[in-house]
Amino acid sequence: MQLTLEFGGGLELLCQSVKIHNVDVDQAGEEKLTMRHLLSWVRTNLIKERPEMFMKGDTVRPGVLVLVNDCDWELSGQLDTTLDDKDVVVFISTLHGG
Amino acid sequence: MESNGVHSSLILQEIEKLKAEKKDIENRISVLEAQLNDVVAKEGTVSSSSCPPLSITYLGLEHGLSPEMIYRYSRHLLLPNFGVQGQSNLLKSSILVVGAGGLGSPALLYLAACGVGRLGIVDHDVVELNNLHRQIIHAEAYIGQSKVKSAAAACRAINSSIQIVEHKEALRTSNALEIMSKYDIVVDATDNAPSRYLISDCCVVLGKPLISGAALGLEGQLTVYNHNGGPCYRCLFPTPPPTTACQRCSDSGVLGVVPGVIGCLQALEALKVASAVGEPLSGRMLLFDALSARIRIVKIRGRSLNCEACGENAAFTRQFFQNFDYEKFTQSPLSTTPLKLKLLPETARISSEEYKERVANGEAHVLIDVRPAHHFKIVSLPKALNVPLSTLEAQLSAISSALKDEEERKGLGSGSNASLYVICRRGNDSQRAVDCLHKMGFSSAKDIIGGLESWAQNVDPNFPTY
Ligand SMILES: [Zn+2]
Repeated sequence: MQLTLEFGGGLELLCQSVKIHNVDVDQAGEEKLTMRHLLSWVRTNLIKERPEMFMKGDTVRPGVLVLVNDCDWELSGQLDTTLDDKDVVVFISTLHGG
Repeated sequence: MESNGVHSSLILQEIEKLKAEKKDIENRISVLEAQLNDVVAKEGTVSSSSCPPLSITYLGLEHGLSPEMIYRYSRHLLLPNFGVQGQSNLLKSSILVVGAGGLGSPALLYLAACGVGRLGIVDHDVVELNNLHRQIIHAEAYIGQSKVKSAAAACRAINSSIQIVEHKEALRTSNALEIMSKYDIVVDATDNAPSRYLISDCCVVLGKPLISGAALGLEGQLTVYNHNGGPCYRCLFPTPPPTTACQRCSDSGVLGVVPGVIGCLQALEALKVASAVGEPLSGRMLLFDALSARIRIVKIRGRSLNCEACGENAAFTRQFFQNFDYEKFTQSPLSTTPLKLKLLPETARISSEEYKERVANGEAHVLIDVRPAHHFKIVSLPKALNVPLSTLEAQLSAISSALKDEEERKGLGSGSNASLYVICRRGNDSQRAVDCLHKMGFSSAKDIIGGLESWAQNVDPNFPTY
């Protein structure tokens, strides 16, 4: 499944400072790809350092917003959100500076 | 030759004398300017209220705008969507800006200019030279003075007809309720996580809308909390992030225009809420990426029923707020004092003065600078070897051979070794590096206490700091 993944707010530093990744994610025989599956895929395939800065347990760490097609994943079922071909998923760390 | 030497020293003397006089004159000018601002501020309020009573009643003046106001805000009044009603709402409103830094600077300038009736400024900090590239409300003449004083003077210089209130203190649980309750709208222009939770919670307790902005590096974020059924900060971030994820501008850098853009947008959102015009950025968040010139506006969750601050069973009363320990909750300090780590025993550390002594005595040694490469490029000590902390473990063999080279160069026999010193910007990473080096067999490694900042402060005042 073709997806566009974007990292921001400093999270891109965990994937070699590349912000936008066009990826092809293996559905592993599942009918629908869920965010739960995508997170573990990202952790294995994109995160190159300090994985604890991206995930905590089976979800993202506190302070990270997840947006599926520009919409907070809280509104689409968080880890159970299902993804379609060409979806855009954004991971963004909240900023505190000023 | 000699007469030339005498001649140039005379010129140098003259230059020094003139520079001193110039500085003195500049100081006198800035004092006079401050006095002038105060006088203008007072006269401004006097003249606007001392217009002779008119014998003719003009139509349409029931909105309460004076002729001077009509002229000053005419371009607002000409906007069909804003008009007299919008301006009149604005003039009756009060807005508190917390933080007179990179975000607060443009926010305050625009809010003062646009005619907010009462504008409050909270900050405890003083203006520093390395603030000026982004904190555009402050001028060089105010370096060393309170940011609130400087910002208030700049706002009064733009608009003497509004009320500017100075709060020269840090916002804490003990004063936040009292200060914030005096305003209709709060603008969060602070720079740290505990302040963001504190301000949001206080806005929930008091029922005030919160215009929240943040900027770091080349990115910015903006949203309106606790407004029209929208979420509060805790709805979105119920658990604080790990402290390692909370970077500061003083460590990670920030491009000056980026907080400028976000601060302007904060002024815009505050103005919209105050004048009841338009659709505020509530339930949505704006994400700004300066490097790729992209702005994304995303839909965020609404108010959470389970939110500890604003949810259905929330126990966030005034009392609870006042006793809440935000520094403990977020594991980070409300003030911006940098961390002073104490990881190593005294025997594994030397002061910058001591290091200078050892260099002067010709001691055989290698100096490792563990700052990131882009820091090293700004300035470094002579002969320092740059081994960024993140690459330390991969470069142990390079360190070994540097030590061996030094021993050969100094003609040390077997049994006597070159010393190994580690330095960084402030003396935290150097301790982490020495700790790591000890574990990897470099048992004599020592860190230089306080890093390059200490070198600049105690050894060489001409060494640049940043
Ligand atoms: Zn809430």
